[in-house]
Amino acid sequence: MGRSMSTSDDPFDADRDLSRSGCACGRHRSTAEHDEVARTLRAEPVADVSEEKRYQGIVASAVMQAVFPQDVARRAFLKSVGAATALAALSQFFPLKTATEAFADAGPPEKKDLKIGFIPITCATPIIMAAPLGFYAKQGLNVEVVKTAGWAVIRDKTINKEYDAAHMLAPMPIAISLGLGANAIPFTVPAIENINGQGITLAMKHKDRRDPKDWKGMKFAIPFDYSMHNYLLRYYLAEHGLDPDTDVQLRSVPPPEMVANLRADNIDGFLAPDNICQRAIYDGVGFLHILSKEIWDGHPCCSFAASREFITTAPNSFAALTRAIVDATGYAAKAENRKQIAEAIAPANYINAPVTVLEQVLTGTYADGLGGVKTDPKRVDFDPFPWQSFAVWMLTQMKRWGQIKGDVDYKAVAEQVYLATDTKKVMAEMGLTPPPTAYKSFSVMGKSFDPAKPDDYLASFKIRKSS
Amino acid sequence: MTLSLRFRAAIVSLALLGVFLGIWHLATRGGGATANMSPEYARLMGLTATQGKSAMPGPLDVGAKLWEHLKRPFYDNGPNDKGLGIQLAYSIGRVGLGYLIAVIVAIPLGFMIGMSPLISKALDPFIQVLKPISPLAWMPLALYTIKDSSISAIFVIFICSVWPMLLNTAFGVAGVRKEWINVARTLEVGTVRRAFTVILPAAAPTILTGMRISIGIAWLVIVAAEMLVGGTGIGYFVWNEWNNLSITNVIIAILLIGLVGMLLDQVLARFTRMVTFPE
Repeated sequence: MGRSMSTSDDPFDADRDLSRSGCACGRHRSTAEHDEVARTLRAEPVADVSEEKRYQGIVASAVMQAVFPQDVARRAFLKSVGAATALAALSQFFPLKTATEAFADAGPPEKKDLKIGFIPITCATPIIMAAPLGFYAKQGLNVEVVKTAGWAVIRDKTINKEYDAAHMLAPMPIAISLGLGANAIPFTVPAIENINGQGITLAMKHKDRRDPKDWKGMKFAIPFDYSMHNYLLRYYLAEHGLDPDTDVQLRSVPPPEMVANLRADNIDGFLAPDNICQRAIYDGVGFLHILSKEIWDGHPCCSFAASREFITTAPNSFAALTRAIVDATGYAAKAENRKQIAEAIAPANYINAPVTVLEQVLTGTYADGLGGVKTDPKRVDFDPFPWQSFAVWMLTQMKRWGQIKGDVDYKAVAEQVYLATDTKKVMAEMGLTPPPTAYKSFSVMGKSFDPAKPDDYLASFKIRKSS
Repeated sequence: MTLSLRFRAAIVSLALLGVFLGIWHLATRGGGATANMSPEYARLMGLTATQGKSAMPGPLDVGAKLWEHLKRPFYDNGPNDKGLGIQLAYSIGRVGLGYLIAVIVAIPLGFMIGMSPLISKALDPFIQVLKPISPLAWMPLALYTIKDSSISAIFVIFICSVWPMLLNTAFGVAGVRKEWINVARTLEVGTVRRAFTVILPAAAPTILTGMRISIGIAWLVIVAAEMLVGGTGIGYFVWNEWNNLSITNVIIAILLIGLVGMLLDQVLARFTRMVTFPE
């Protein structure tokens, strides 16, 4: 059982504990059970709670939790002023009504013509394919997907509102919200794009140097500082006893230039998004050392991101977009659709890559660069749910490598940026089964991660940047 | 029989081109080592790996691709894939706009600087500092403050083309022969009339030389600026094809950038000849 509160709780009940399991009266194992019993006692039908009321509760609960991350403080506040005053005070500075409306997707989209930026890699598959395969149109949106030159540009264009939403590396919205490498602007992740789907590719000349312990002094490329690629490569190297800051060189290189640099012998390898890994193999300049799923099976990579401002100004458009992305992600998750998707996104207007390369990535039957053909249908997979524990893990790594200094309120940041609640609702609406909690533990290279104890996890690493 | 110099030069040019293409063709013929691979594996690999094809395209590949582009210069397959004609038009449009704003600012300002030694001395330190700044160094600042990538690109064109025009105008105006100005003064010609009827025609060749330098720089910069901000334009085309590692298309773009740059320069050269006068 996760420790997250249930978002259907009444957040203005001073006796209720928002973040621990169990119920207010303490006699039942969970709030749901308590409510169930209470409802039975009152002989009240479940459907009585109107949809809007329920959404309002969900939103208010999320807001209360964001404002008072400490349960004790929240309860003291509610006890002293009363729930009605608290609600009124809260709506003074947070547009509860607007946010609630964003949830109940009743109205037509405020803005129909939207621009979404993407980077031409297979991680963006759901965002891109939703255009040619009509997922945006199905939600009544006219979306233009615009190819963008790099992660910094996509960040700036989204902040400048040239794009309404964008494809970003999963840690980027967290970094932007925290003001790392940019002005702090609240950003959100309503959906993860892909899980897995990256790889470590090495130059052909290293085909007999497969043990990372021998990699001292090598030069590796990563796409961006605030990327899963950076954190995964550092993690992998550190687990093999190499300090990524002193024993090897890590360079931020735009993905297409990685292949050219590998050919020119400027780098020894890279941890890059696919189709770049497969492209290096296709062109005969490198081989696949390992897939990223061998480091952490099910790791997130890229995300679908929008600013909080967009959600407040165009809540219906945002809801419709999230539905389209979740829908497209669900479609992409099915193996039988992958061939069609590869053909849809290969043209110059989208990824601009040979179809064979995209097919190998998406279907998981691929040449490994050493003469073998391998099959792994989960080489890349698609799962929209923005697990907040993913965000917590990324924060631990940001701290581990000195990108964040000082203390972090892991949970608060994760919950503000990764909108698990919204996505849950959208998934349920679309007949998908959302997970019951937004936190799950997972293991990275055999070491398990408990999202409830991020600081212990961080302290357990021997190799880290000394601060 | 002696052929005209022009004709002989043309023959030498053609011969040089032929030699260049020949060497290019031979150098990229391929024939690199090909490893033995199973047909199933080979099917998944590119031509460079399976047939030892050179990673660099030969002149024939480029020619064939160029013909394809020339057949359909204006196709539009959506926001990220437009024909070369459309891309060039976007770039020329951006350069034109930025350049025009630069003309509007630089020529009157240059006149003032040229006609007044005081203003000239006062502005000199600013111009000297601003002039050598690489136009692309302005890009992050422009993106951050203007908050619009296409206007930022136009701003960068403006800022790079304004200096040569400004300095040449000031130099041309200041260098008008004193006797002519004195004659105008003797005839009691007003300042405005003097500027337009005496100074402007006298300084025009220098001003146009400045404009010619500027258009060259502007065209150099637009490609780099579009590679940075993306979206449309020939610079974006280069970046997009580089993304796909399609060197063939990159070479075609380089060729076209050169041709358009030459055309722009020739137009300004013609204008310069029109205003030049014998002394």
